[in-house]
Amino acid sequence: MVIQAAKNIIENNVPQVKTPKLEIKEVGKVFKTKSGETTALEKTSFSVSDGEFVTILGPSGCGKSTVLRIVAGLEEATSGQVLIDGQEVNGPGLDRGMVFQSYTLYPWLTVKDNISFGLKLKGVSQKERDDVARHYLQLIGLEGFEKHYPIQLSGGMKQRVAIARALANDPKILLMDEPFGALDAQTRNIMQEVLLKAWEDSKKTILFITHDVEESIFLADSVYVMTARPGRLKKKVPIALERPREFSVKGSVEFAQYKEELLSLIREESLKAIN
Amino acid sequence: MRKMIAKLLTPNKDIPKKLYSTAGLVTFLLFLLVWSVLTYGGIVNPLFLPTPTAVLTTGVDLFVNGDLLSDIGISFTRVLVGFLVAALIGIPLGILMGSLKIMEGAFEPIIGFIRYMPASAFIPLLILWIGLGEPEKMSVIFLGTFFQLTLMIMDVTKNVQNDLIEVSYTLGAKRGQLFTKVILPAALPGIVDTLRITFGWAWTYLVVAEIVGASSGLGYMIMQASRFLQPDKIIVGILIIGILGLLTDMIFKAVYRASFSWMRKDGL
Repeated sequence: MVIQAAKNIIENNVPQVKTPKLEIKEVGKVFKTKSGETTALEKTSFSVSDGEFVTILGPSGCGKSTVLRIVAGLEEATSGQVLIDGQEVNGPGLDRGMVFQSYTLYPWLTVKDNISFGLKLKGVSQKERDDVARHYLQLIGLEGFEKHYPIQLSGGMKQRVAIARALANDPKILLMDEPFGALDAQTRNIMQEVLLKAWEDSKKTILFITHDVEESIFLADSVYVMTARPGRLKKKVPIALERPREFSVKGSVEFAQYKEELLSLIREESLKAIN
Repeated sequence: MRKMIAKLLTPNKDIPKKLYSTAGLVTFLLFLLVWSVLTYGGIVNPLFLPTPTAVLTTGVDLFVNGDLLSDIGISFTRVLVGFLVAALIGIPLGILMGSLKIMEGAFEPIIGFIRYMPASAFIPLLILWIGLGEPEKMSVIFLGTFFQLTLMIMDVTKNVQNDLIEVSYTLGAKRGQLFTKVILPAALPGIVDTLRITFGWAWTYLVVAEIVGASSGLGYMIMQASRFLQPDKIIVGILIIGILGLLTDMIFKAVYRASFSWMRKDGL
């Protein structure tokens, strides 16, 4: 009895150290090329907590996609490790869903079958797959399109399906590599709102790569700014804008201040990249 | 009128569909016209080039009284079997070569080498090895198509978008599933198209296969006709091979259209 009580006291007094959802520890990447070795990514560390929306902002060629590809397990880091819930990752896994910039829907599958592709691989029953697909079709606002093939969809619709497909697999983390980069400005704005809605609904942890300053602020809890090549983290900027966010927040004074700060940070790096 | 002509001569400009198909028909008729003028006009000795009516009569006669139907059956079987064996080995091998570097490294050099060797030159060796029977004829067809087919399937497989493969990994695809659920369906339209093209080549190897040591088939018929100076019979044989080739091509195209409606915006 006494021992049990003592144990309780000890346990309750131990400060709850919450392991972050995603931890990137000293991850670096060196490419071997004909002319020698090129450092794409200097040793970089950061962590993302559960349910957090993090955007990585950087000039083109800074290695921001490399970070994401390493987390996805599609590329091997030269040094360091990636931990998810404290477990080191080796190779791609179901716990990390990914959305690419290029359209990666399976052209021979309907929208519905694209969304439930991962579930089918797992052997989930037809009925359950249909239910999940229906839920995500509704979430991304594409009801009525389930029987369409990707070729019949616009770019924005394709990326919505790609997001739904990744979410339908119920990953712990959603990795997004400039998913709206190929879309026009208007569609991009709408997609950002669709994504925020999906994020609020699913409570996923999201790591989102972009070179668009406004996009990085509008979406994120925290923006990580990366330096020009060789890439490393330059600064973390927490975004304290209210949630849920509406499109109108982009016109606010706070938004403008964030924008100014990030623009000047990124401008320095872009200049470095050019010179 | 002037505007119309200007339109016809502008590169990549679309023209009415009717005009497009009429143009094809006109070319055929022109061809027939030249043939008619040369033969009915007595410009060319009928021993070298018979009239269209003579060819037609011979064709009908061969169908009714001759062995034409059985010759067609025999030739078609040879082409089909030789080609099927080539496809049955070439498709899986090509897919593996297109997706696994070790397979490409192992087979690409030797196939790339052999494909430059003329299939017809292997005939004496084939006769020595397997005699004069059907397997020898089919082997010629096989040798003529297999190596090209395999390399083309390899290329088709290589063209499967890498992002599509990577995204499949993130969706939980295992290695085996990657082949069956992603690479194969993605490469399938290209594979069917490759089969269509190489099947056309198989027909062209038929005559080569039936020149030596054959006693039946369309190629044999053509060679016999040449020996007995029957140009009308030769032309009938050539036309039939052309028509059979065209028909199989159309079948492949129909299969393609029916199977890959997802490649078209209208989905029809």
